[in-house]
Order: sequence, then C-alpha cells, then structure tokens
Amino acid sequence: MNENLFTSFITPTMMGLPVVVLIIMFPSILFPSPSRLINNRLVSLQQWLVQLTSKQMLAIHNHKGQTWALMLMSLILFIGSTNLLGLLPHSFTPTTQLSMNLGMAIPLWAGTVVTGFRHKTKASLAHFLPQGTPIPLIPMLVIIETISLFIQPVALAVRLTANITAGHLLMHLIGGATLALTNINASVALITFIILILLTVLEFAVALIQAYVFTLLVSLYLHDNT
Amino acid sequence: MASPVPVKEKKLMDVKLGELPGWILMRDFTPRGIAGAFQRGYYRYYNKYVNVKKGSVAGISMVLAAYVLFNYCRCYKELKHERLRKYH
Repeated sequence: MNENLFTSFITPTMMGLPVVVLIIMFPSILFPSPSRLINNRLVSLQQWLVQLTSKQMLAIHNHKGQTWALMLMSLILFIGSTNLLGLLPHSFTPTTQLSMNLGMAIPLWAGTVVTGFRHKTKASLAHFLPQGTPIPLIPMLVIIETISLFIQPVALAVRLTANITAGHLLMHLIGGATLALTNINASVALITFIILILLTVLEFAVALIQAYVFTLLVSLYLHDNT
Repeated sequence: MASPVPVKEKKLMDVKLGELPGWILMRDFTPRGIAGAFQRGYYRYYNKYVNVKKGSVAGISMVLAAYVLFNYCRCYKELKHERLRKYH
C-alpha cells in the first residue's frame, strides 16, 4: 500500500519521454482566445469570469501595480485550471510538485521585492521596522522582519504543494477504505462514501481557493512594493 | 491502378485501398507538416463542437474524457495490480 499511495505523484514519463510537459501544457487548450466581438459560449463565459476576477484583484493597486494584471490573471487561471484538472480520475497534478511551485513563487516574489527596491528604496527598507516599536527592541525586530520577508516565497510554494497533495492523498486513502469496507460492513462503507463525497466537494473548493490565495498574496507583496 | 487524378492530391476518402501505402508515404512529415496537421485537427474539432452558436458541455467534456483515458493508459501498469482477483 505504501508504494501504491505515492505512485500517483511521480513525474509521468512514458517510455522515457517526458509526458509531464504535455500535461502542463494541456490546460491552455481549454482556454481559446476570443477572436470576435461576440464569441461562442465557452469563450464568453471565460471572458466574463476573467473580467470579474481581474476587477476585484486589481482594484487595490495603483498604476504601476496594474501593469502586473496579465501576470496575475494568467497565474490564477493556470493554478486554478491545473488544480481542477487534477481532480479527474488518474490524472497527474503538476502543482503537487514542490519544484514547480517554487519555480512559480520565487521569481514572482523576487520580482516584487526588486521592484520595490528599485523604485521606492527608502520605503522598501522601512518595511523592516514596524511603526512605533520601542527602541531597545529594534535590532531583534529587524532580524525577525528579514526572516519573515525571506520566508514568503517558501511559504507560498509549500502552502500550495501541501494543500493539494494532502487533499489528493486523503481522497486516495478514504476511497481505498470505502472499497475495503464494502465486504465487511455495508453501512460503515456508506458513511465512508458520504465522507468521500464531502471531501471531493472540499477539494473542488480548495483547488480554486489555493489559486486565489497564491495570486492574492503575490498581489499583496506587489502592493507593498509599488 | 493508375487513376486520372494524381494520388497525392486526393482526400483520404477518395483514395483506393491499394493506393493507401503510397498516399501515406507522400504526406508531409516535416516538423512544419506535423504542426500543420495538429493545427488542422484542433480547428476541425473546435469549429465543430465549441465555436458554434449554442455550444454545449459536450464540447469540453469529450476533451476531458479523452484526457482521463490518456492518463489511464499512462498508469495502466500500476493499476493492473488492483484488479479484483483471488491471487495477485
């Protein structure tokens, strides 16, 4: 059972070919680009969703921050669609791999920090010291603020990885338990099945929420720095 | 066997069975040709099922079903061991 549980998380290669590249590129097929004034239903639905999300997400930024609109919207679309596609049976979710999440989190966080240092150097450095701290505490607080700054990208990546991986693992385990219990005690199996249904609903929510949280935090770091 | 129209320009449904190997070999297998084939296939599916006035959920759900099937084929080797058998 140990080996079975984690085989769904290994990077897929079919006969040595990295199929994982195809799997990462697959969600892009599901988002056709709008070519006319009035598009087909799929494209209109996606357009409406993107406009709703972008208006809400970019409302807090000034002009400089709003240049990141394309980046933030493609980020939330990518993470949301990848997480949702991972809920299909037997599929591989790229966001369960820490390598990929670190690859997304570190450049984006570094971009916001470097933008802050380049354009508002004094204000960016001033973030290291909250207002109104008593003077004896200053050295310790600067150290703590530095640590909390450098932990931001790691937290972004690990949060996404852990949430999605834990959800998938739980579903595998409870599904296996339901199957094993059908022969032993049907009513307990029914209860376990209901738990599985609730968990699946939760996973749908988590898939979307994690995308939102990731993007929201990047946008927050951006807001601090522009 | 020789037909008035050259084999290369005929569509697949018009090619006779005996001419099939020749027809296949005459297709464009350069990277540009293969990319063109993928593009033609994509737009054929898209214009038939998605880019219509009243597109339904069938358009994307066929794509998702194919994706599930592809992933099933990919991990068949591990799934083989989970069949219901008396002796594994």
